[in-house]
Amino acid sequence: MTHLLELENVQTHIALKHGLIRAVDQVSLTVDAGETLGIVGESGSGKSMTALSIMRLLPRASRIAGGRIRFKGRDLADLSEEEMESIRGTEIAMIFQDPMTSLNPVYRVGWQVGEPLRIHRHMDKQASIEAAVDLFKKVGIPDAKRRVSQFPHMFSGGMRQRTMIAMGLSTGPSLLIADEPTTALDVTIQAQILELLRTLNRDYGTATILITHNLGVVAGMCDRVIVMYAGRVVEEGSTEDVFVHPEHPYTWSLLRSIPRLDASEHESLKPIVGSPPDMTQLPGGCKFQPRCPFAIERCAADEPELREVRSQLARCWVTQAGQSLDSNAG
Amino acid sequence: MPAEATQRGDRARWTPADPLIEVRGLKTWFPVRSGVVNRVVGQVRAVDGVDLAIRQGETMGLVGESGCGKSTLGRSILRLERPSAGEVLFKGRSILGLGTRSMRRLRREMAIIFQDPFASLDPRQTVEQILGEALDIHHLARGRKRRRERIAELLDLVGMARDFAGRYPHEFSGGQRQRIGIARALAVEPTFIVCDEPISALDVSIQAQIINLLEQLQDQFHLTYLFIAHDLSVVKHISDRIAVMYVGKVVEISPARDLYLEPKHPYTGSLLSAIPIPDPRLERRRERIILQGDVASSIDPPSGCRFRTRCFKAQPRCAETEPPLTEVNLGDHQAACYYPLG
Repeated sequence: MTHLLELENVQTHIALKHGLIRAVDQVSLTVDAGETLGIVGESGSGKSMTALSIMRLLPRASRIAGGRIRFKGRDLADLSEEEMESIRGTEIAMIFQDPMTSLNPVYRVGWQVGEPLRIHRHMDKQASIEAAVDLFKKVGIPDAKRRVSQFPHMFSGGMRQRTMIAMGLSTGPSLLIADEPTTALDVTIQAQILELLRTLNRDYGTATILITHNLGVVAGMCDRVIVMYAGRVVEEGSTEDVFVHPEHPYTWSLLRSIPRLDASEHESLKPIVGSPPDMTQLPGGCKFQPRCPFAIERCAADEPELREVRSQLARCWVTQAGQSLDSNAG
Repeated sequence: MPAEATQRGDRARWTPADPLIEVRGLKTWFPVRSGVVNRVVGQVRAVDGVDLAIRQGETMGLVGESGCGKSTLGRSILRLERPSAGEVLFKGRSILGLGTRSMRRLRREMAIIFQDPFASLDPRQTVEQILGEALDIHHLARGRKRRRERIAELLDLVGMARDFAGRYPHEFSGGQRQRIGIARALAVEPTFIVCDEPISALDVSIQAQIINLLEQLQDQFHLTYLFIAHDLSVVKHISDRIAVMYVGKVVEISPARDLYLEPKHPYTGSLLSAIPIPDPRLERRRERIILQGDVASSIDPPSGCRFRTRCFKAQPRCAETEPPLTEVNLGDHQAACYYPLG
């Protein structure tokens, strides 16, 4: 069976004056129709660069240096810029963290939401704005008829993000990439947007890649999850497996370091030592090994591959050798 | 002056069993100006009548969404903003009317840790200069040798190597910069620290280091914290008691554990239900309260209860008069709601 989206050993490099950053290093992943895949990681882990690589929207000085990206069986690298433009407008939609900067302040929102329809569906102005009213209703913007003729500054952060989602959905894409869609929003507004994404996924079967640093958001939204660290996938599996029995020490440590709302007693948090990696000076061997409580000698020498461990995939010598992280918790 | 007399009188009566900080009817409004003549066309009621007592040695958590006034409240207590009305008492003494000299003495007792460790440190100063400035202003650790020793000691306290003293902020990661910010706050040996979103700008894997450091320093120096954050999981973890703010008002105050187990104000209830828990099995079963609409405006807040426009329990009465903060449960739990949750 072909996957909706398939990445195979994708490498994306950023050329800096003082060296090359391997922002995305041999990332492979798949997304099936209707599925929600979470990509978690800290800033600099490569999660956003992975998304931008798929969209071919990479910032200057960065380029895809290797690997394949297939969408509905077609290799995106073979497409001309024009064909890619049409994929971005109709098949894959992307929404970003900051809905403040994603809308043009000088055009009415309805005009902007209707733009993909005018360009890719050849609708006339009137029809595109009528379609925008319908889309506003779908994404829960009240008073849609009046709202479409307003300007972005008249919208709150949550409403702007709904507007971006409406624009993304206008052409009925089969894949939505949401890059930290709720990070700039307040929690009650975050809950609204997440609920909207859930509904859209259920009602229209739009597959979603949800990129976030928030493990709670992944737990509530995603079927499967990929954990990234230093440009690599370090763990991949069903959300339940990864959260219940993480098989990479980074995932394991991260889950223990965050305070949980439902903790019954005050327990002191178990922080991860050290700092996130400096991408210009990565350590040899496993990239997490300098911060890892389980590291053995081999970890500093060789970098492990992403291999099957129990019901998921993990890039770790310790768990690949059959050791359980919970039994020798440090 | 009678005001001076009561200040003295209050101070004489204060004992450590009394609140360290008492906020009474505090209002901090900011004028909204518009037009060519900069006419004042309205007021942002950032803090709009808050009563709050913080006990010595406790961590009072302060949560709410952006624009609810939580940072302004913290800054007003430290007189970093000028309140429009009300009182702030520190050890029983009213501080809003204090003159420059008395205020400078008081500044040694109170400190602040800011959210953004990138913006709150002067990029042209070395760590030594940043920490030394606080010492010099208050004439602490006089003499070059004692000054250097004190700076080394402060770096020890926050878990940084002593030889970092000569470096500049840009040479450090976010977590390390926040440690410098904490060292600067500790330099004056304060009793009270306002922590204004101290971890929100940090990477997830670094946050726990800073939370643990703050807890450890509190034990070591018997510090009192006002911990401001929008993340209720962090606030619940670190706080003894929590105050929830909505559009300039405190709507609920309770011991941290009770607030989670038995929220009384519908806003607190929906805030708690909106916070994702990193447990997929739990998330799937969870019942969510999804609020309608956006946070009300603090320029033109709704009549009566300010939350009523989004509230799922609102009745006509809620629009008429504002519910006062009243005891809802035995043991230290107050909420401002006519129809509190079960």
